Amino acid sequence: MASDDKLIEVKNLKTHFFLDQGVVKAVDGVDFEIRRGETLCIVGESGCGKSITARSIMQIVDPPGRIVSGEILLHRRIAGDSGGQVEDVIDLAKLGPNSREIRSIRGKEVAMIFQEPMTSLSPVHTIGHQISQAITLHNKVTKAEARQQTIETLRLVGLPKPELRVDSYPFQLSGGMRQRAMIAMALSCHPNLLIADEPTTALDVTTQAQILDLMLGLQEKLGMAIMFITHDLGVVAEIADRVAVMYLGLVVESGDVYTIFSEPKHPYTRALLRSIPQVGGKVRQRLDSIRGMVPDPYNRPQGCPFHTRCTEKIAGLCNRVLPERVTIGEGHEVRCLLYSDRGDIA
Amino acid sequence: MTTDLIRQDESVLLEVRNLKMHFPIRKGLLRRQVGVVRAVDDVNLFVRKGETLGLVGESGCGKTTTGRCILHAYTPTAGEILYRSSTGNIVDLARLDDAGMKPYWREIRMIFQDPYSSLNPRMTLLEIVGDPLKLNKAVSSKKELEERVAYLLKRVGLRPEYMHRYPHAFSGGERQRIGIARTLALNPRLVVADEAVSALDVSVRAQILNLLQDLQQDFGLTYIFVAHDLSVVEYLCDRVAVMYVGKLVELAATEALYAHPKHPYTEALMSAVPKPNPKQRGRGKRIILEGDVADPANPPKGCYFHPRCRYARERCGEETPLLRNLGGDHFVACHFAEELTLRGVEGR
Repeated sequence: MASDDKLIEVKNLKTHFFLDQGVVKAVDGVDFEIRRGETLCIVGESGCGKSITARSIMQIVDPPGRIVSGEILLHRRIAGDSGGQVEDVIDLAKLGPNSREIRSIRGKEVAMIFQEPMTSLSPVHTIGHQISQAITLHNKVTKAEARQQTIETLRLVGLPKPELRVDSYPFQLSGGMRQRAMIAMALSCHPNLLIADEPTTALDVTTQAQILDLMLGLQEKLGMAIMFITHDLGVVAEIADRVAVMYLGLVVESGDVYTIFSEPKHPYTRALLRSIPQVGGKVRQRLDSIRGMVPDPYNRPQGCPFHTRCTEKIAGLCNRVLPERVTIGEGHEVRCLLYSDRGDIA
Repeated sequence: MTTDLIRQDESVLLEVRNLKMHFPIRKGLLRRQVGVVRAVDDVNLFVRKGETLGLVGESGCGKTTTGRCILHAYTPTAGEILYRSSTGNIVDLARLDDAGMKPYWREIRMIFQDPYSSLNPRMTLLEIVGDPLKLNKAVSSKKELEERVAYLLKRVGLRPEYMHRYPHAFSGGERQRIGIARTLALNPRLVVADEAVSALDVSVRAQILNLLQDLQQDFGLTYIFVAHDLSVVEYLCDRVAVMYVGKLVELAATEALYAHPKHPYTEALMSAVPKPNPKQRGRGKRIILEGDVADPANPPKGCYFHPRCRYARERCGEETPLLRNLGGDHFVACHFAEELTLRGVEGR
């Protein structure tokens, strides 16, 4: 893969929360990369650190959480001296959460959509006001131009009658329309990376279908990369190019969407895929559930985080050694001792 | 629907006929009634003994309200809820007051969606699960109560030693098990499960779904399973009822409904469900419904679905379709159900 294909690389990212009861290692060594224009789905159960990973990229982790170590390399294309484009790499993890640099990137080059549009839009400002604020902040435009651009963006996301809707408040819109307004706000400055944190979880299936269709259509039109966070494997199968499966703050498996669904390697991915009933599948087969539950965040298990629930664990090894990432196919990486060369560890 | 199916067919446990639940909208200083929200508007359905009936639809379609009416948590505006009690009498629950309901509340119970807000944080498991037993004088001594609670906890996969702990010490899946133990305390016959697994993670959800099936077999339970997740409903239910804006649009055996839907809304709903298989990507094939769900306070004339229906004709905007039997117990409320060829779920 050519290096200029990469848009963002996350390397060994660790975000910990320092609480009175102890340290919660919400993100503990996450690695992945996103190429320009592709869709990466991050999938995992609640508490696996998928949202915190996204928030770390945006540098909006709430205290007492902070990024402890790791790199978040954003590859930017800027105009060079000789007229051509030069690639410049910036490490977002090193920037302060309130620094001028991150504020110029946040919302412009990297934008985010949240799960619950009602709580992430201001209830006392019109959606037009909120969107044009983002536009005037990042671009040198007059108020009238910003308003015009806002209306255009709202039209782009398929909000009916954008000239009128621009002056409505969030409570006047339905759930699906609010999510469209959120997407419009995120897209108003043409980001290279759109982070979507469970954007359709609060919506009904038919509205979810509308929004997914819209996002994929906009991706084709605008060419941005999407990092899509979800717990719904059905949604992953619909939209992803590549998938990263997370468990307890680690990416346990990542790869091409077809590979992950047809040849999952990590025991957690396999168990996850077996535990969902399929529409149109065989009815009334007993579901394979994963025994036990996600461990308490204060007491993470030693070694592989999944070994307490794993059916294929190697006694005396999995509870001691944290598996390294192993490449087992093209772009297919897995963190499991079953696939590593055990000679050097044992 | 035929008259009084419950009187003709011994296997029918509950029949809901023309159920309506309208909530008043009040406005102004005098709280004058300015309109009604038709949360449930003329619903007909029936449940057979020992089966699982799925009740699906999008938010605001009235599926939860229907469930609550069956439990008499709301007193319906109109309609009948005919229930065959354990003694064999057929009673109309809609006409009973709270005192009259009391014997039936032992037989019809509910599992709630949110395992966090449905358990009192100040009560131990013994109190939570034991309360219905005490209130209904089903146990005579403290020892008997503890034995019974221990048995129930064991049945739902929790350790009996936990009975003196408080709910905060348990995870979401375990709390849902506690809720199920409470539901089972009085040996119910009919259980209304309102989105019982929607708040759970996939790995835990599978555990609870398996548990619900085991309990159904062991205790001979009948479930009304209210849910919005069509893959879970297909997995668990024998028959499925689809609701849209307070109306029942289709009711049929699960297999028939998923393979050969007869109502355009069911077709759209099925095609909108993301399939967990990237080779079956639905983009382009998926039916995207235009616009939003109709407002139940101000529904459109005729068929409530006609403004979004791709097969709508003139008649749909004028005449409200009634639920009718197409044969083989496949009920549908669409004027043109026979003429349309609709697409079901592929991959069967």
